[in-house]
Order: sequence, then C-alpha cells, then structure tokens
Amino acid sequence: MEHIRTTKVEQVKLLDRFSTSNKSLTGTLYLTATHLLFIDSLQKETWILHHHIAAVEKLALTTSGCPLVIQCKNFRIVHFIVPRERDCHDIYNSLLQLSRQAKYEDLYAFSYNPKQNESERVQGWQLIDLTEEYRRMGIPSLSWQLSDANRDYKICETYPRDLYVPKTANKPIIVGSSKFRSKGRFPVLSYYHQDKEAAICRCSQPLSGFSARCLEDEHMLQAISKANPSNRYMYVMDTRPKPRMQSWWASKKDIGRIVVRISSKIWRDEKIRESDEKARLNAMANRAAGKGYENEDNYSNIRFQFVGIENIHVMRSSLQKLLEVNGTRALSVNDFFSGLESSGWLRHIKAVLDAAVFLAKAIVVESASVLVHCSDGWDRTSQVCSLGALLLDSYYRTIKGFMVLIEKDWISFGHKFSDRCGHLDGDPKEVSPVFTQFLECVWHLTEQFPQAFEYNEVFLLQIHEHVHSCQFGNFLGNCQKEREDLKLKEKTYSLWPFLLDDQEKYLNPLYCPSSQKFTVLEPNTVPFNFKFWRNMYHQFDRTMHPRQSVFKLIMNMNDQNKQLEKEIKELESKIKHQKNRQTDTVLNKESLRSIHSDSPALKPSLCFKKEQTLLPGNDAIRTIEGSNTADNRYSEYAEEFSKTEPAVVSLEYGVARMTC
Amino acid sequence: MEFSELIRTGRAEALLLPGPGQSTVRGTLCITSHHLLLSAGHGSPSDLWLLLHNVDAVEKRVAGNSGTITLKCKDLQVLQLEIEGLGETLDIASSIEALSSLESVTTSYPFFFRPQSLRLGDAEDLYPPDHFYQQVALETDAWRLSTVNRDFQVCASYPPALVVPRGIGDEVLARSAHFRQGGRFPVLSYYHSTNGTVMLRSSQPLQGANRRRCAEDEELLRAALALGGQRGLVLDTRSAQAVKQARITGGGTEAKAAYPGWKRLHRPLERGRPLQDSFVRLVEACTDPSLSMDRWLSRLDGCRWLTHVKEALTTACLVAQGMDREGVCFLVHGAEGTDATLLVTSLAQLILDPKCRTMHGFQSLLEREWIQAGHPFQQRCAHSAYAQGRPKHEAPTFLLFLDCVWQLSRQFPLSLEFGEGMLLALFEHAYASPFGTFLCNSEKERYLCEVKTKTHSLWSSLNQSKERQRFCNPIYSPNPLALWPSVEPQSLQLWAGKVSFPVPLPALSIGSALTGFLPTPNSRPFPPMDSST
Repeated sequence: MEHIRTTKVEQVKLLDRFSTSNKSLTGTLYLTATHLLFIDSLQKETWILHHHIAAVEKLALTTSGCPLVIQCKNFRIVHFIVPRERDCHDIYNSLLQLSRQAKYEDLYAFSYNPKQNESERVQGWQLIDLTEEYRRMGIPSLSWQLSDANRDYKICETYPRDLYVPKTANKPIIVGSSKFRSKGRFPVLSYYHQDKEAAICRCSQPLSGFSARCLEDEHMLQAISKANPSNRYMYVMDTRPKPRMQSWWASKKDIGRIVVRISSKIWRDEKIRESDEKARLNAMANRAAGKGYENEDNYSNIRFQFVGIENIHVMRSSLQKLLEVNGTRALSVNDFFSGLESSGWLRHIKAVLDAAVFLAKAIVVESASVLVHCSDGWDRTSQVCSLGALLLDSYYRTIKGFMVLIEKDWISFGHKFSDRCGHLDGDPKEVSPVFTQFLECVWHLTEQFPQAFEYNEVFLLQIHEHVHSCQFGNFLGNCQKEREDLKLKEKTYSLWPFLLDDQEKYLNPLYCPSSQKFTVLEPNTVPFNFKFWRNMYHQFDRTMHPRQSVFKLIMNMNDQNKQLEKEIKELESKIKHQKNRQTDTVLNKESLRSIHSDSPALKPSLCFKKEQTLLPGNDAIRTIEGSNTADNRYSEYAEEFSKTEPAVVSLEYGVARMTC
Repeated sequence: MEFSELIRTGRAEALLLPGPGQSTVRGTLCITSHHLLLSAGHGSPSDLWLLLHNVDAVEKRVAGNSGTITLKCKDLQVLQLEIEGLGETLDIASSIEALSSLESVTTSYPFFFRPQSLRLGDAEDLYPPDHFYQQVALETDAWRLSTVNRDFQVCASYPPALVVPRGIGDEVLARSAHFRQGGRFPVLSYYHSTNGTVMLRSSQPLQGANRRRCAEDEELLRAALALGGQRGLVLDTRSAQAVKQARITGGGTEAKAAYPGWKRLHRPLERGRPLQDSFVRLVEACTDPSLSMDRWLSRLDGCRWLTHVKEALTTACLVAQGMDREGVCFLVHGAEGTDATLLVTSLAQLILDPKCRTMHGFQSLLEREWIQAGHPFQQRCAHSAYAQGRPKHEAPTFLLFLDCVWQLSRQFPLSLEFGEGMLLALFEHAYASPFGTFLCNSEKERYLCEVKTKTHSLWSSLNQSKERQRFCNPIYSPNPLALWPSVEPQSLQLWAGKVSFPVPLPALSIGSALTGFLPTPNSRPFPPMDSST
C-alpha cells in the first residue's frame, strides 16, 4: 500500500509499561497492510490491528533510539524504541495514515476473508432475526403492531425499517410525532414484557419550545399508555441530569428539552408534581379526615423521571482521566483511589445501572410502561433500554440472546458505532465510550450474579475488541440505512457466527439456567459493589492479573467430564458389541487396545490445547502457574541487593557524620 | 468472682430484628455468664447464641415501655434486639456490658467450654515446640534446638524451645537477649531448603544514643550468616527516621560496622494506633450505605487500609525474592518484633513454602509465627472496630495478615488448601472464641494460666473431618512453586467477607456457588456446654 514505506525494522525494543527500570524486550517490528507485528527474541508475537490504534505518539529522541508510543482502543498501550529516527518516522507516518481511514471501503472488513463460502456468509448475516425476536416477546399482539411507515427510511433515517408501535397509533400520528421529535425519532417499542403487558419504548427529545405542543405526539404517548391495560399511568424517563433541566426551565430556551404534555389534565398534573410535598401533605390530611387519596385517574397518566447520566463528552473525558491514572508507573493505592474518584468513571457506571434498575422496577413492580429518551435517543437511551431488558429477561443473558440485544437496541436503533468508536478519521468530539460503559455494566451484573449469565467476561471483552476492530461488518456505519448503502451484507462478514463457533470459550461454567431465582435481576447498586474492571482496562497488562483461574479450571473439568462420559458410552456400546460376538477372542484383544489408546490418561493435554488457540483478546484470563518475580514491581527493589555499599554521609543536626 | 452478681436480669421477652444473613427471631432472651441466648423455644434452628466476649459495643435506646439494644460485635456483625420492658432493657444492657468486658483469662469461656467431641489436651502433640526443628533438622544439621528459655527467664514472650545456630552456646544467647528489647534475640524463623538461605527474626537491638554494641549478638548474627550464605540484609520494619527516634529512647538498629556482611533496609509498615484507626475508618465506610460513589471512594482512599495491605505484601515479597532469587539471608525486626515483624516473616513463608499452604501447614505456621512467637493477641484483639473510647494496645495486625493471605488466595485460587471461610473463622476466633488457642499474650502467660490443659484447642476442632471440609478449598491443587502476587493497586481487592453489611449482598458469590451453600460463620458455631451456669 502506498502508505507503507518501511515494512520491517530490526532491533526494536518493547518497553515494559509499568516497569520503573526500563526493562525491555528486543525484537523485530513488521508493518503489514492491516497489522503492526512485533516478534520478540523469544518468538512471542504481538499483533496490533491498525484500526485498534487510537493514538500514535513519537517522543523526543533518546540515546537508545526514538520512542514510539501506541495507544489502542482495546486499552493496550505499547512503547517501542526504534533505533533509527528515520525508521521511526516512517512507521509513525504510516500508522497515522493507516489508523485513520477516510472511507468505509478502506476498512479491514472489506478485505477480510475468513475463507467462508458465499452461502455461509449469507447465513451468517441471517443468524440474528429481529422479527423473530419481537415474535418471541409476543409482538405483534392485540395492542402492538408492525408499522411500515419507515419502510423506505422516509420518516426517520436512523431507525430501522421495521418498527413496532401501538395499534391505535396510525400513520398521521406517527408522522406528526416524528416531526415533533429530534431527528424524527418518534416513540417506538424496544421491549415488551409479556407477563406484565408493559413495554419499554424509546424516542428522542421533543423539539418543543416552551409553549409548543404537538397533539400527535400526545396521542402517541397516550396510545403507548393505553396499550398497557394493567396500568393507567406510564413513565417518561429522561436520562439526562436534572440540573440542566432546571436551568432550562429557568431560561426558557428553545429547542429540545422535555415538555411532553398529553393533555391539559397532565399539565395540571405537572404542576401538582412541582408542589409534590404540598400534595402529599394534602393527601395525608385527606386520609386523616377519612377521605382517602384522590383518584389517581384524574391527574396521573404520566410520571416523569429524571436520571442523571452525563453526556458523551463528559464520558469521554472521564475515561481519559481514568486511563491516565492507571497508566501511571509506580501507582500508589492512594493515587489509584483518588484518581478513580476524580475520573468519576464508576459514578457514571452506577448512574447508568441505577437508571436500568429503575426501568426494570417500573415494569416488574408497577407494571407500568416506560418511555426512555435522552437527547437524540441513541446513546443513553440505548444503554438504559438494553440494560433494563437484560435485567428483565433471562434470554438476553444467553450468548445468542445477548447478540440479539446488541443487534436490536444498539445496531438497529442507530447507535452511531462508527462515530462513537472513531472508525473513520472524523470529529474526535463524536467519539465516546458509550458502548464500553454498557459492557462494563453487564460485567458488574455478571459479578453480582455469577450464575445468571451463560456468557463470561471473555465474551464481553471479545465483543469490545470487535466493535473497534472493523474486521466484521456489524458495527460499521452509524445506522441501518448507511449499512444498506454500504452493502455490508454483501461485502463483509458478520461477527456473530464466528463468536458462536467459538462459544465454548465464552461459556460461563457456573451458569445455572434452570434457577427461577434469576428471572429478574435485582442488582444492589450501593457504591461498595462497584469495582474497577481490571480485565478490561488492563487486559494486556499480564502481570496484574490473578495467576490462576478458577473459571478455566471448571471449564477444563467440564471438558474432561464430557470426554469421560463419551468414553463411558463408547465402552458400553463396545461391551454390548462384544456380548453379541462372544466367540471372537482375537478381536477382543484388539478392541481392548483401542480402548486403551482412547483413555483420557493418555491425552492429558486435551483441555490445554484449546488454550493455545485463544485469540489475543483472551490474554486476560490465562493461567500462569507460579509466575515470575520479574513480572512484579517489587522486583525492582532487587537493586537494593546488588548495589555496592556507598559510604553514606548524612547531615544530622548540621554535623556531617558517617552513618554506620 | 460470681458471674451472677453481674447479671441483673437473666430473662426477658425479645425480638431480634432481621439483618443480613439473619432472620427475625421472637422469643425469650437469656443472659448466662458467657452467652446471650435468644430462643423461640424447642431448640429451633434460628436460635441465637452469642458469646458475650464477642460484644464490642452496646448501644441502648428506650422508647415507652420497650427498648432496643444494638450489639456491635467484634466479628463485625451487628444485632438489633427489641426488648419488652424498660427496666429489663436497661438491666440487660448493663449486664451485657459488664460481662463482655471481663478481663480475667481464667474465668473466660474457653475454661468452661467442654464439647463432647473433643478431649482436653488433644492438640498437645499437634504442633509440639520442636516440630519446626524436626523439619529443619531433616535438611541441615547446622542449627540446634536451644532450651535456654525453658523457664521463660531469658525472654518472657518467646516459647521455651528456639532454633539457633549450632555453634552458639546458651550463654551467648542470654547475653544477646540482654541486648535486645524484651529479650527477643535473633532466632530462626524459616529455613529455605532450596538454597539454604535463612530468615531470622528478633526485636530491635538496644543500641541507644551512645551506640552500644554487644559482642555476643554480633557473634550470633555472624554465625547465622555463615550458615545461610554470604550476604545478609536486616529488614527494619520502621523508617530510618523512626529508628533515629528509637535510638533516643534506648532502641536502634544494627550498626553496619559491627555486623560485617549485613546491610540494612528500611521498609516502614504501619502498626499500633494508626493501623487500628485505619481499620475503624474502613468499617465505618463499609457500613454506611448512604454514601455516594465519590464519597465512598474517597473514604476508602482515606482509610488507607489497602495501602497497608499493599505495603505488607510488597515487603514480604521483597524478603521472599531476596531469599529465593538473590540468595540473601534476612533478619526481620521492628521495635518489639511482635507485630509487623511477624506479619512479614509469616507472609514470606506462605509465598515461598508450599508446605505452609496446606491446612495443616498453615495452622502450624500460625501456631509458630504468631501464637508461640508472642504476638500479644489478648492486647491487640481486646477490641475491634466498634469499640468506643481510645484504643490502648489494640491493633488489627493479625487481620491485616489474614487480608494479605486472602489477596494471595484471590490471585492463586488453586494454591491454598484452605478457603476464605477458614480466614474468616480465624478472624472471629482471634477476637472471641470458645477455644483457648488465641488466649493470652505469650506462651509464658498461657503456661501460667494452664491454657493448654484447661481449654480446648481451635486446631483440634478445625481438624475434625466435618469442620475441615467446611474450611477447605475444594479446588486446591498443590503448587510447588513460589507465589509471586501482583501488588499493583489495580490487583488488590477489598475483602468483602470481613464486614457484615447493613444491606443484603449479592445472591451468591462464586465461592459459595462452588462449595455449596456455605453458612455464614456466625454466632453459633458451637453449642455452649457451660458448666458454670
């Protein structure tokens, strides 16, 4: 390719990221069209996909050479020292070009060829069928139907073609409502809870000025509310922080904050809510006087709920701070915690999870439908809707179900993956770790409910890897229309079948699908339960991880059990066989021998072989028995042992004195 | 002394409010000389048996004709009891206060506890004093067992039998003991059989401002170094500044000129009051569910507990690495040599020696490096995190050790034969126990109180097959290598099992999913067989 000037540099040093004594490995650096490859003297390979590179930095020349620091989107950070500055400069320039493509067609997915034939590829894309998924939820139903309004992306470009709306919402209502909503993203169904008959709907913010109202939008919300016979009121959840809302109320600025008024009745209700305390006192007084509560019917169809999830810019800088803290060498425990605190990262994670918990509770406890929105309805809304559904429905806690969930709430509803992940060279202000936060929330749930998920941490890490890798077509583009225009289904491969093929690696050995206890997850979101996700943010810093893995052990035991069970069956069938042919003694001997060669004792490496085929993304839970002192930072005190004794002269109370 | 004098009301109707891991119990509350019993009658399984010695703080609140007593226990559980009757509430609260603060050892519960399944003196030959020497003797004959301290004359906090270099006579030891604080002269703590290096421990030398020397002490260390290798390192668990201060009050550290071959290294470890404060603040932060994320992180940061864990682990790793990789001999000491010193020597052994990671080996390590080595359990564990009033000698050094072991078990989940339950049980028994194992401050006191003949040993109870199964790690597979843990802050975790929460914990932890449901070790592991009541 035209960007590559140097393809091979020898005598390159790879520095240990956390070592304070400049420990390094020497090897050869290769630059290919898709990867940067470093092979050290022990023949260990480090592959870095160009698309994974978030930033390349060339530091000031040192005596040993020119330092090149590469930060990756999967949180790998490598620090090379290239002996000659010219080589370093060439590689630096090439990587700058290669990591920032201007056109989708230059991304890896369009050249990636996994040696599948055409029909397999097409089948792969058909693996996830969202129509089937809505059918699983019981949609279309008596009150919900498929709308063809967006068949040609006429109403909303960033929505999928197939949208589900209340039966009572006809086309004029849809069109009217979409005009009232930012980017035309009108309220549509995201998840339907069959037992409670309650729905999770999603939309974008209304484009109302302070006084403007939109009757169609009001009808739309009423239709959603009516579609749920089990509850008369519904929630509208604004996932944005409240202070801003108040400042908006104060300034009465135009554009887009929530004023959703179904009717003047509701308007009154809002006023009542504003003086909530007073109303409560009144109600108390009424009850004391024996009159009871006022009839809910009169004034409560909609309840507004604000949950403070910050915007993409806050999240981006929060992650940036977090990574800065964690990248520090010789980090002290105090600096770690104060850095964790000041980055605000865990606070944001908690806010997202809290919102999802509220959503799930509204549906399970109150059987109320919930309409979720943020500004554009593709970031925070996707987080909250998908996590809410994950809490409610155990299907999404299976491997296939999780794929469906991502496909439904993230890909099809137009989370702007290409913008948020910076697939192309674009506006850096559009980049934000929204999806990473979603995965981290899921990880926190897997930690709290180790038996409730079919998949394990590696699955989440692998998805994160490929969201950024541009190796598969799933996450390219910002919405379905764009994907169709790019002809991704014809030109690229889908990630999901590859994950399914490898699913043994992603299985959680503790998964207990039968347990009824875990139908609805009720996570505890006290701050105590939030931890730093080491395996994500230090995935490639091998030395920080536990040296032995319980999960791996259980997986191996399961493997062995299966193997043994298979053998039992084989032996049983052989016994049967032998009984039928009792006369033949010669064969008997032979079969004994074959039994012997099959025995598990002779193939102890069976379960370990698999480990070696793990993708680079799976470094995280590798097994290192024992491990090495050289891996750890305390080893650097070793200098203390080898130092020759200096004649220390210290000043004590102004008098120079030999310390002995 | 009659216990009955302290019991003002022995009986009341009460209700135990549900807490984490507890269910509501309504029934009769009984105060005996050593226990609080709340029974719904007919010996129902939800009955509450609480050892009164476990109570750390009593809070009472009265309203109308009933009252609430909150019992904050040393094992960090919190019990709330609603009691009928105003007078009863006050009487019961003051009875509990009086009985739980009794300091006499010989009237404590272990002297009355007589379980049917155990016989007194069972554990006598479990870890005999020369057990450690027998092991060393298998490897080398350069060390001998000295009985210079057989009547506790040379050192009050040492056991009667100690391992010292063969060439050193008892009179040299006695002279060396004079030169060390509390008479704790350097003794062998660990012999690393792979390369013959040794780890010694002692207390600080009484160098003083005028830099006293002691020829016998120097001879002892010279002999030890000659047996163990060429290079020696004195690891002082105090900062250089603290050593200077200690010199003013008569303490100090080994002068380089006087001990050829020995170098010095300062690795300050927290002890005493600051460590106790850290523990108290950690528990405060953990039991406050109203904290926001930011407040929680800053309180966690502010209590500095994980910093102490990191420092302790790092120092132990440093010692282990020096012995294993660099062939360096170590002498570890701080001031008294009964706290941070033992923390480092015991952790280093756990890291290096696979034998210490078995159930039996771990018990033997605790017996040798903590109990017989004279960690003053009675003083250090007199109160836990809830106690009001200024702490005197309390410090959670042993808990810090258990936390470090737990960190090892997180990073090497297959390499320790005992599970988290064992560590939790040890924590509880160190603070309040029906067994005599953790009673008193030294072997001498135990001898004087006849602890070994009149109380049962925790070890013999733990080694009963039923108990043993409960505390074993089901996925243990022996690992012959040294364990080198990561000590990065990102790799350390907060030990949740330590604190009983005001809020329910996640449904199932991985550990309990593995072992089947592990009952939370609580107040009623052993039915009391109280002979005094």
